Amino acid sequence: MPVITLTINDELVSARSGQSLLEAIRDHGIDLPTLCHLDGLSARGGCRLCLVEVAGSPRLLPACTTEAVEGMVVTTHNERIDRYRRMILELTFAERNHTCAVCVSNGHCELQALAAELGMDRVRYDYLNPDLGLDTSHRLFGVDHNRCLLCLRCVRVCDEVEGAHTWDVAGRGIASRVITDLNRPWGQSESCTECGKCVEVCPTGALFDKGASVGEMEKESRFLRRILDGREKRQWRR
Amino acid sequence: MTTDKRKIRLATAWLGGCSGCHMSFLDLDELLIELAGRVDLVYGPLVDAKQFPEEVDLTLVEGAVTNVDNLQLARIIRSNSRVVVGFGDCAVTGNVTSMRNRIPVRDLLTAVYRQARAPIGEEALKDLPALLQQALPLHQAIAVDVCLPGCPPSPERIAAVVTALLDGEPVALDAAMRTFG
Repeated sequence: MPVITLTINDELVSARSGQSLLEAIRDHGIDLPTLCHLDGLSARGGCRLCLVEVAGSPRLLPACTTEAVEGMVVTTHNERIDRYRRMILELTFAERNHTCAVCVSNGHCELQALAAELGMDRVRYDYLNPDLGLDTSHRLFGVDHNRCLLCLRCVRVCDEVEGAHTWDVAGRGIASRVITDLNRPWGQSESCTECGKCVEVCPTGALFDKGASVGEMEKESRFLRRILDGREKRQWRR
Repeated sequence: MTTDKRKIRLATAWLGGCSGCHMSFLDLDELLIELAGRVDLVYGPLVDAKQFPEEVDLTLVEGAVTNVDNLQLARIIRSNSRVVVGFGDCAVTGNVTSMRNRIPVRDLLTAVYRQARAPIGEEALKDLPALLQQALPLHQAIAVDVCLPGCPPSPERIAAVVTALLDGEPVALDAAMRTFG
């Protein structure tokens, strides 16, 4: 396998040709924050938290959708990047109604944890307070659009792993919403297999098991690697 | 209350919140005794002062800014306090208090008071302070120096922040102590 060499944070690093910058950076033991990325799903470049500086580019680039190239000079953390990452989180919090204290995922939420980790101590933008709905028509699961950050892990896992493509996106820009089938209530979906993968990969409390109360919704996204290893490499393990 | 000049003048305030942050403050337990030796508690729900005093060193403000009384008190707090702490999630993010923001104030008052049954009906609206169009996190009303998140903040978080501020040291909570919710 062809090996390339690039510079990450002033250090010469080897990577495999065709790897994304995110993979190369994480293989090197450097932690990059991500929300839309999930090992096993296609890269999307949606949440923008993995932005890095690449020498020669005036703008920051998302590491997940940028290919690692021979001779690249990459910076993963500095004052400017940290500032942008906090701004992205603040905008995410301002866009919908992420009231952690009364959320099913309180204490087990990737967005909540990242805000604390990256030092977002307040949101400097005006909260938009959108009037968003909740769909609990499904027998087993619910979707709360107030908590959704449009990472689209649900859309990708349903399409790419389960093969059902129940989830999709309606609307554009700030009006975007995840929908089931052709915007029918989830409970009336004919394509949903009730597998629950979308719920387990959702980073916030947007998708949840019905009956879960505040703080009770713990997700487990590592199942994805297990079933993909079984499918692709014939490696079966618990 | 003593008037020892060397003591730090501490105030607490209760805006649009549930008082849970103040309850958590009382859960400081034995640290309260140590605090009593270091500070004069000059204002707040835990003491009897009617007016927010001048020259306060440190003020912990619980709750979002949700009505005109809150806004007026917040502005007095800012001009009379050296350090202002957003105390708990309602002050820091708006939290539960701000969940009414998607509902127009008129509809809200109609549902809660005009259509309400006794004992509290429309007559209450004459005496209640007018609601702002939106419940705001404290920093959108006045400048806030330190944010102390949590719903409520645990006594450990309160102790870490208050102790650092009293010692004149920078507030440095680790990530696990900085979460909302």
